[in-house]
Amino acid sequence: MEAESVSRRQSASGSGALARLPVWALGLVPLVLIAAALIALLTVGGDTLGERVGPPVEELAVEQTVLRPGEIELTVRNVGPDPVDVEQVFVNDTYVEFSEGTEEVGRLGDQALTLDYPWQEGSPLLVTMLTATGATIEHEIDVAVATPEADGGFYGLMALLGTYVGVIPVALGMLFLPFLGRVREQWVRVFMAATIGLLGFLAVDAYLEGTEIGTESTGAFGGVALLFIGAALAYLGLVALDRYLRARRERAETAGAGAFQLSLLVAIGIGLHNLGEGLAIGSAYAIGELALGAFLVFGFALHNTTEGLAIVAPLAAHRRPSLLRLAALGLIAGAPAILGAFIGASVYNPEIATFLIGLGIGAIVQVIVQLVPAIRDRAGRALYPASVGGIIAGVAILYVTGLLISV
Amino acid sequence: MLHETVPHQSIHQQLAAASSGGAGAHGATAGSHGGGNSGPTFKDGDVVDHAANGFNPTEILRDFDYGKARRLPGGRMLREYELIAEDKEIEVAPGVMYPAWTYNGRVPGPTLRATEGDLMRVRFINGSEHPHTIHFHGFHPPEMDGIPEVGGGIIEPGKSFTYEFEAEPVGLHLYHCHTGPLAEHIARGLYGTFICDPKPGRPEADEMVMVMNGFNTNFDFEGNQVYAINTVAFHHVNEPIEVKRGELVRIYLVNALEFDPINSFHIHGNFFDYYPTGTKLEPRDFTDTVMLAQAERGICELRFKFPGEVMFHAHKTEFAELGWMGFFEVA
Repeated sequence: MEAESVSRRQSASGSGALARLPVWALGLVPLVLIAAALIALLTVGGDTLGERVGPPVEELAVEQTVLRPGEIELTVRNVGPDPVDVEQVFVNDTYVEFSEGTEEVGRLGDQALTLDYPWQEGSPLLVTMLTATGATIEHEIDVAVATPEADGGFYGLMALLGTYVGVIPVALGMLFLPFLGRVREQWVRVFMAATIGLLGFLAVDAYLEGTEIGTESTGAFGGVALLFIGAALAYLGLVALDRYLRARRERAETAGAGAFQLSLLVAIGIGLHNLGEGLAIGSAYAIGELALGAFLVFGFALHNTTEGLAIVAPLAAHRRPSLLRLAALGLIAGAPAILGAFIGASVYNPEIATFLIGLGIGAIVQVIVQLVPAIRDRAGRALYPASVGGIIAGVAILYVTGLLISV
Repeated sequence: MLHETVPHQSIHQQLAAASSGGAGAHGATAGSHGGGNSGPTFKDGDVVDHAANGFNPTEILRDFDYGKARRLPGGRMLREYELIAEDKEIEVAPGVMYPAWTYNGRVPGPTLRATEGDLMRVRFINGSEHPHTIHFHGFHPPEMDGIPEVGGGIIEPGKSFTYEFEAEPVGLHLYHCHTGPLAEHIARGLYGTFICDPKPGRPEADEMVMVMNGFNTNFDFEGNQVYAINTVAFHHVNEPIEVKRGELVRIYLVNALEFDPINSFHIHGNFFDYYPTGTKLEPRDFTDTVMLAQAERGICELRFKFPGEVMFHAHKTEFAELGWMGFFEVA
């Protein structure tokens, strides 16, 4: 008993010494120890396990392909564990002259290979990189098409495309606002339910596309995981924005601001979605797979008009917002299509695309969560025949108009 | 006519600009062939390190091993050869290493040469880490066939065996390892040429051996990444074969290519007499292109008609652009 009390006293005095240390020091000590242990593992730990068995694992992923007359430029990234040294390259079974940025690419490093090859428009190309160990890394270009030069005319075209498929349709959809203002309340709830259906369709669609692109990507920076990271970031970011705006509103006690805020969030969500849509259009254009034409523009316009309707639905039962604010909502929802087209056509990279599409999904999900209270009937139910009908109508509209477009 | 209306110089400049793909700095390397529209080339026109490889295709071309010859009582000629299997990393394209299995440290192995009726005694020492044999094309009893489980069978690492047989029939033959898996043992580099000369000899000529081969550097057993004659791709683009105009040139052409069912040989601006397998002294064909299946071979005889650079290559053009092409320099 006595011994026990002595030891307890000692430990008490010991913890007393720790308690006297400032908090930052308590945090710093484990940090330093962890750093030291990691450095030790890095420097000597590997040696204790011996050499790896087998030949080096050489993996290169082509992140970007630029085709100019008589020339193919590939940006490759080392996504394997070992350094890769491309010694020779053949294109469609012909050894070619080429220049490279560095002799050897280390793990996660990248380099540009510029190949001297008189490729023909419209033909497929198979580029084979032969490494110092004789391993081959192949890259297929499905159809050879000159990559558009990123000049003023090109950006102008992308801006026009983005405006056609993003800004104009959204603005057109918003013209329903006066109509919505006059219909009865239960009809407004149906329109809100349709908005949820629309957004749900967009989220699932974006998820499918994002996983497809993420799977195609190299995976070096996460692949499909980036879709979820993007979605989580957008969702949490919008929740935080919503809480912040709500706190401000409570201080200001502006009537009708709640409805506008909901519209703003819907606009942001749709805007992030349109960013992804622009991305798809721009990248398809860059690799020559986009058939520019009236049908594409018409399809997108019809498809995205419904998005404008979704933005103004929350505003229906409230005081009419100013034209300026409406224009701002329209731009927030539509203009990202222009930005997306720029990115897609110039610096397209599957992993960036996956992340951006993820952002769109997270934003949409957050908006759906926000909208659910707005469709509750007097009994407090979110799902009742009219709202279910609205949701199904929303899904059906996008499904049918979506058949008109394919990128 | 063209030369009269368009300045010659300007055509060349246009061609040079086109071949460099507009990139300027890395176009066709000065003094070497290829690049862009000018055809295939290795990066910067680089060449392999022949010294490190331990053999040079230009030397292999006219290198014949008659063995250690001595007359036996009764007048018959005995020729004794020694072949040592050796594992060796060789550079098959500039910067690209290939873990080869070789006879006497070179690919192809030595060109063994004898006259019909000579007694050939080939001592094989397996210095490789893998079991091997030597299987000769030509007449010999089954126990000298160099295949598993017959006669000497497989020769394990560190062991040796002597193959003995009479040189026959007259013609151009080959030898290769016959250990399983067969395609791999051959493709790794265990093959060479065996020439059996007719007793009266063939007409005096500038003779050379071209073993058409390739390397499946990624070991996928589907075609090859590098094609050549005597191992080094584009070698005779960089070092044309020197021959004399009007002089009889005799090419011993052997197809040792694995993984591709056929190979071919084509020479520009000239025609040759073709003796399939070299077993008959009358040519079967007068042509500029022949096709050979795996292990097929034949003798080409020609006299170059004009001086200058004369191209030759596989007219299976994928092989040509993956390394199997070269030039004669006709003086």
